[in-house]
Amino acid sequence: MNPTPNSNEWLFEITPKNKFFSLNLREVWRYRDLLFLFVKRDIITVYKQTVLGPLWYLIQPLFTSITFTIIFNKVAGIDTGAIPPFLFNLAGIMVWNYFTSCLTGTSDTFKSNAAIFGKVYFPRIITPLSIVISNLIKFGIQFFIFVVFYIFFYFQGADLSLNGSLVFFPILIAFMGILGLGLGMLISSMVTKYRDLNNLLGFGIQLLMYISAVMYPMELIKAKLPKFGWIVEYNPLAYVIETSRYMLLNIGSISILGLVYTMALTLAVFFAGLLVFNRTEKSFIDTV
Amino acid sequence: MKDIILKAENISKQYRLGEVGTGTIKHDLNRWWYKIRGKENPYLKIGDVNDRSTKGTSEYVWALQDINFEVERGEVLGIIGKNGAGKSTLLKILSKVTAPTTGSIKSRGRIASLLEVGTGFHGEMTGRENIYLNGAILGMTKKEIASKIDEIIEFSGCERYIDTPVKRYSSGMTVRLAFAVAAFLEPEILVIDEVLAVGDAEFQKKAIGKMQDISKGEGRTVLFVSHNMAAVKSLCTKGIVLEHGKVIFKGGIDESLKKYQTLTQKITTKLLDFNRKGTGEYRVSGLNLISSGEKKNTFFLGEKITINLLLKQLKQDSLKNVRIVIGIYNFMDEGYLRFDTNLLNFAICLDKSESEISCELEESLNIKPDNYYLNIAVFSENVLIDYLTNAFEFTIENADYFNTGKNLQDSELSRVYYKHKWSQLK
Repeated sequence: MNPTPNSNEWLFEITPKNKFFSLNLREVWRYRDLLFLFVKRDIITVYKQTVLGPLWYLIQPLFTSITFTIIFNKVAGIDTGAIPPFLFNLAGIMVWNYFTSCLTGTSDTFKSNAAIFGKVYFPRIITPLSIVISNLIKFGIQFFIFVVFYIFFYFQGADLSLNGSLVFFPILIAFMGILGLGLGMLISSMVTKYRDLNNLLGFGIQLLMYISAVMYPMELIKAKLPKFGWIVEYNPLAYVIETSRYMLLNIGSISILGLVYTMALTLAVFFAGLLVFNRTEKSFIDTV
Repeated sequence: MKDIILKAENISKQYRLGEVGTGTIKHDLNRWWYKIRGKENPYLKIGDVNDRSTKGTSEYVWALQDINFEVERGEVLGIIGKNGAGKSTLLKILSKVTAPTTGSIKSRGRIASLLEVGTGFHGEMTGRENIYLNGAILGMTKKEIASKIDEIIEFSGCERYIDTPVKRYSSGMTVRLAFAVAAFLEPEILVIDEVLAVGDAEFQKKAIGKMQDISKGEGRTVLFVSHNMAAVKSLCTKGIVLEHGKVIFKGGIDESLKKYQTLTQKITTKLLDFNRKGTGEYRVSGLNLISSGEKKNTFFLGEKITINLLLKQLKQDSLKNVRIVIGIYNFMDEGYLRFDTNLLNFAICLDKSESEISCELEESLNIKPDNYYLNIAVFSENVLIDYLTNAFEFTIENADYFNTGKNLQDSELSRVYYKHKWSQLK
């Protein structure tokens, strides 16, 4: 070690306010092992001491899909074309679930980690990042079961065909994760001061699902409710879900303009979330 | 030239009192309004000094004000002060848990803190998994932990349970495991708060030993906060004394401890206002030390004293089988004397609105000249009714105890004075 008592060679400085925007990527990289361990903890501890274990990851989307198929397709008569309604719903629910689990998981960051944040420092962003990653693994498991059902329906003689744009599916999912993360960070920061948001979030997500084209094709809402179709059209989530069904099942349409709009909005939300999160992490412990 | 590793400049921290949340938006908007006009935050100008016992006028309070200090490489700095002096706030700022309101801290080394051991332990995971997780939370990489895992497990003394979920551990084992992880951290600057108050006596000894190795043997810079003044004295080389959020003394550890000693608490008059534990059917409302019929708080070595307690009934209830314990401690929290009604089979029954109990010392008080305070515990049927700490401070002053006009030159050498006789037998 070579100490140099020169005042401009400090390793770091603790000051009242962060610079306007600072994402210390080097520091996050230094704590990558922690990120990995948090993901591991999330995965292995959730279903410890349960009989069905990771099967719970599958039970929820499967049963929701069955319910949706009965209610929306059999009873309400929403037409999914040549695609089996069950597969149609499973695809939508899978992607929607990834978004909501990222959002609800990260929106609780500061409140549920107050005890540990109050004692030790590590880059706070590690916590929401780990939630998004462990949910991605959960999504992977659900995607696998989707593939299984896809093959099953294919051999049952359903008219299924692959779409070339499928190669872009991972990018689409990444954007879904980033949007969930960004929105979650935004909410988690504001929740430290205004607890009201927590109450809003629970039923907000439920309502949001109905305007996100999860259980119906986007065309349908435009045809049936021309006056209110714009609500769905302005919802970036609807594009992601519609597009993922297009990629996976070759059904519906793809709107380049809509996707560009979605991605721009996602990035905007993400950076806004990061900004607010950065400001909050410095002193939230005094208000939480 | 001095090798400064850490430098704190004008550190201040302001807290808002009362219920956070009410009127927050109003203040936030007001701040923002001042900010866009390029003016200073209006709430920074106001605020009281942080004295918990007196009622202030302002909603805002300064937990720390203009803290300046430097730490040299390899120094072990003790941060001492009474409860509420701002020690923990300072450590929180140093370990980046919260940001200062003004000022800055500059550092030439990585800071890791041991604010409270066991943060981030997950009950469902095994001891081994938790070592990795906790180590990573404290800033170690997986590789670093892997290279030390055997040492950590050995130090914790939990080999047998290491692959069992932590929720099956006893609380002592959890704490030992957590301390073991933290003890093997290797930052340039280590911040320690109150960790020595954990585990059994044997483990505490081990922990203090490890702390000494870290600070002395390995030449690490350590910032140490503890109420255990004996530990502070044995570990630290320098000290700073805080009172009401301000540094009132900086210097060598012995001078710092002396300064700390002079910070007397003024709570003797209003015992009932003082926060304490216990169920509270009765509270100790008055406390007097009496010598030759006079209430005093300064005594000469060898005086005979009587301790008088007033107990006030707060709930309509009578108490049977009451046990009262009085302990005399020095300011380093070392117990000197203990008087227990149980030991003398003295049974008390409290049923009046005010009771008075007295404890007369049959021998003269011959502990060394120093400052002492009383801790008082009241039990009934083994339930804690009232517990007062630092309740009464008193001083023993040197006197002609042996009737020879001479005194011990160094009072450190004898804690208790004893009347004795010398004779030459051959």
